[in-house]
Amino acid sequence: MASYVEDTELRLGLPGSDAPASRGSKRSLPENSSAGDESCCRNDGSASAAKAQVVGWPPIGTYRKNNFQAMKVETMVVEPEASGLYVKVSMDGAPYLRKIDLKVYKGYQELKEALDSMFKCFSQGELSRKEGCNGSEYAIAYQDKDGDLMLVGDVPWEMFTSSCKRLRIMKGSEARGLEFRQ
Amino acid sequence: MIEAAEPENSREWSDPEVHEGRLGPIFEDFAFFFSRVLVLFCPQSAVDLRSFACEAGAAGNSCIKDLSLGCVLFVVPVLTKLEVESKVREKNFRCCGAMTYFPDEVVEHIFDFLSSHRDRNNVSTVCKAWYLVEQLSRLRVFVGNCYAVRPERVMARFPGMKCLTVKGKPHFADFNLVPHDWGGDALPWIETAARCCPGLEELRLKRMVVSDESLELLARAFPNFKSLVLISCEGFSTDGLAEIATHCRGLRELDLQENEVEDHGRQWLSCFPDSCTSLVSLNFACLKGEVNTSALERLVARCQNLRCLKLNRAISIESLIKILARAPNLVELGTGSFTADHRTEAYQNLLNAFYKCNSIRNLSGFWDAAPRYLQAIYSICSSLTVLNLSYAPAIQVNDLIKMIRHCFKLQKLWVLDSIGDKGLAAVACACKELQELRVFPSDVYGTGIAAVTEEGLVAISSGCPKLNSLLYFCHQMTNAALITVAKNCPHFTRFRLCILDPVKPDPISNEPLDEGFGAIVKSCKDLKRLSLSGLLTDKVFLYIGMYASRLEMLSIAFAGESDKGMVYVLNGCKNLKKLEIRDSPFGDAALLENVGKYETMRSLWMSSCDVTQGGCKALAAKMPRLNVEVINEREESDEMVENPSDMHRVEKMYVYRTLTGPRDDAPDFVWTF
Repeated sequence: MASYVEDTELRLGLPGSDAPASRGSKRSLPENSSAGDESCCRNDGSASAAKAQVVGWPPIGTYRKNNFQAMKVETMVVEPEASGLYVKVSMDGAPYLRKIDLKVYKGYQELKEALDSMFKCFSQGELSRKEGCNGSEYAIAYQDKDGDLMLVGDVPWEMFTSSCKRLRIMKGSEARGLEFRQ
Repeated sequence: MIEAAEPENSREWSDPEVHEGRLGPIFEDFAFFFSRVLVLFCPQSAVDLRSFACEAGAAGNSCIKDLSLGCVLFVVPVLTKLEVESKVREKNFRCCGAMTYFPDEVVEHIFDFLSSHRDRNNVSTVCKAWYLVEQLSRLRVFVGNCYAVRPERVMARFPGMKCLTVKGKPHFADFNLVPHDWGGDALPWIETAARCCPGLEELRLKRMVVSDESLELLARAFPNFKSLVLISCEGFSTDGLAEIATHCRGLRELDLQENEVEDHGRQWLSCFPDSCTSLVSLNFACLKGEVNTSALERLVARCQNLRCLKLNRAISIESLIKILARAPNLVELGTGSFTADHRTEAYQNLLNAFYKCNSIRNLSGFWDAAPRYLQAIYSICSSLTVLNLSYAPAIQVNDLIKMIRHCFKLQKLWVLDSIGDKGLAAVACACKELQELRVFPSDVYGTGIAAVTEEGLVAISSGCPKLNSLLYFCHQMTNAALITVAKNCPHFTRFRLCILDPVKPDPISNEPLDEGFGAIVKSCKDLKRLSLSGLLTDKVFLYIGMYASRLEMLSIAFAGESDKGMVYVLNGCKNLKKLEIRDSPFGDAALLENVGKYETMRSLWMSSCDVTQGGCKALAAKMPRLNVEVINEREESDEMVENPSDMHRVEKMYVYRTLTGPRDDAPDFVWTF
């Protein structure tokens, strides 16, 4: 493939972007186009955009293109952003879910207190679980990047916020099962 | 000799019933028969009188059969004596010139049977009398280029107009090749209609700029307004929609397809008054914002005639379920996001909701569809005729295949290329009634793993013999595959192939794709629309000019070697209406070779070709009834733009026939020569 040749070619423009078409050229597309370059990372939307594409090619309508960009963002893995890290919180038996911003809390204690007050109307007692306490009715679990259900509290807080996708407040017997699964 | 042959039931003509507009059944047959004859004699028609007579005979209509098989030929007044005599000799027919003696109401009723714009346009050119009858009775008017004619002129000619269709920007505007404020404003059309045709009932606009002000005027100026269809338009917001909802009493249809709509809030839907019960079709799938779902549910509940409802992405499954409960007679449904937060209950409710909807034939939406929910629609898959999954990237190919297996009545399918050749093979097995297939790229930048190739297309062509319309984005194509497809499917009317890597040759033989496309145009005699891609020389244009006699629209990109290519097309395709070319080596010589051709066409677009300013000027000088527009987008580093020489290459040129001369709303970057 000619892709490595292009990398070493001297040209104007940012690295990783194709040279823009010059005014006098007969074609706006270079002969050895790298449109089929498999080494390009598909999931990285910003890299694709930087790779200056021929205007209006492929001929996909603007409406469809705009929709795709919106959809791609949604289906991509959620990266922690400076603007907030919102995750859904579900509670078994509650009719609707909530969303919280993990970045707001400094540690597990704050998180548990927040969840406690949020879901207090659905529970009879305290949610916060202390080490060795077996009087609680609920356990807080989270779903990580791999989709596994993990108990909240095992890993350092930063690691938790970077891997947590979703929170689930589990009740009763299921919760106790998690406790013993260490 | 021309003899006047009396129609069999001549007493019907003088029957007072005729003049009062109540027409007996035998006259209906006559009127229909004569309308077919008109179509036959009018240029470029495709009706075969003989086959029509056979149909009439088969339907037991002996009156018409006798007339036509009994060798009665109708003579249109403009035919010269010479032509008539040669026709008589040729066909050995007896002739009659009865139609000039028909009263206007009779002629008008005959014209009622002419449904296509082209046929009606043709009969109006026959003689003055017919022109007048046709103009006063025309209800549906189609303006293919908003700058070809002034709105005042259209409405003066057709004062009884009830339905108006207007198209604005050139097709390549869809791909960002036309600057944002190029033109295509709908307001002059709406303002003029408000003054001259207040009885307007339907308005369809495509690729036009529609402001909220225009929508407000539209909502208030037409008391009988029933239907608004906006396709690929921009310039309006939900405020404009609120005006339509509030003021259009008796609105039947609001159809918004792929428009850029600014979201100014969710209240517009609540503006439909409680008295509004007339809605038949509501499509707001392209709106980005939230909608008042309880207002929507109430609206759906009171509009008992609602048959088409297309929801936007903001509508969740929970809302969909409630809506379906209130509208079980829907025929067309856009599902909204098709995802839910609270999982298990939603699935069961969805299943129940769809179970009750026996009439659904057309499904689209599925924006965020998760596989588990797809199973809920299996019960209706077997009656679906149209399925659009092209906005559903979350559906994986295996779930798609499981669903497609049920869709044996499917006629139209739009999917993403993630379906793969394997998925297309499944479609070929299951969907024997398929007429239209569109496969869109799931990765808009065209990079990444190959999704569909020529194999998928070949499978479809052999499994779906009724296929007549194709849009196919793929990574590669071979001549052999195209030749096979041409053989399997000779009925294509639309064939649009887009190989994502431009100028890519046949990967097996390394040759251009001339022979493949040549086979397509040779085999598909009814081909009306063709889009080319891949590596192509002048030869493909030779084939197109030779064989594509019914071709009306041709799209060319990165193709050809010399001026000869374009000339083959201009000289050969006698029905060509729209030609759009980008990044191809056609220059002034090709542009100026057959200048008369452009007056027979709606428009010509050329961008990034070799046409110079001098060439454009020469064309404009030779053909005063064309507008030769050049779009000059300034680049900051460019000093030459102020006074470019005639040798300067033109980046974008748009040529169209017009009755109005240069347009008065052209922005400063559009120069008309």
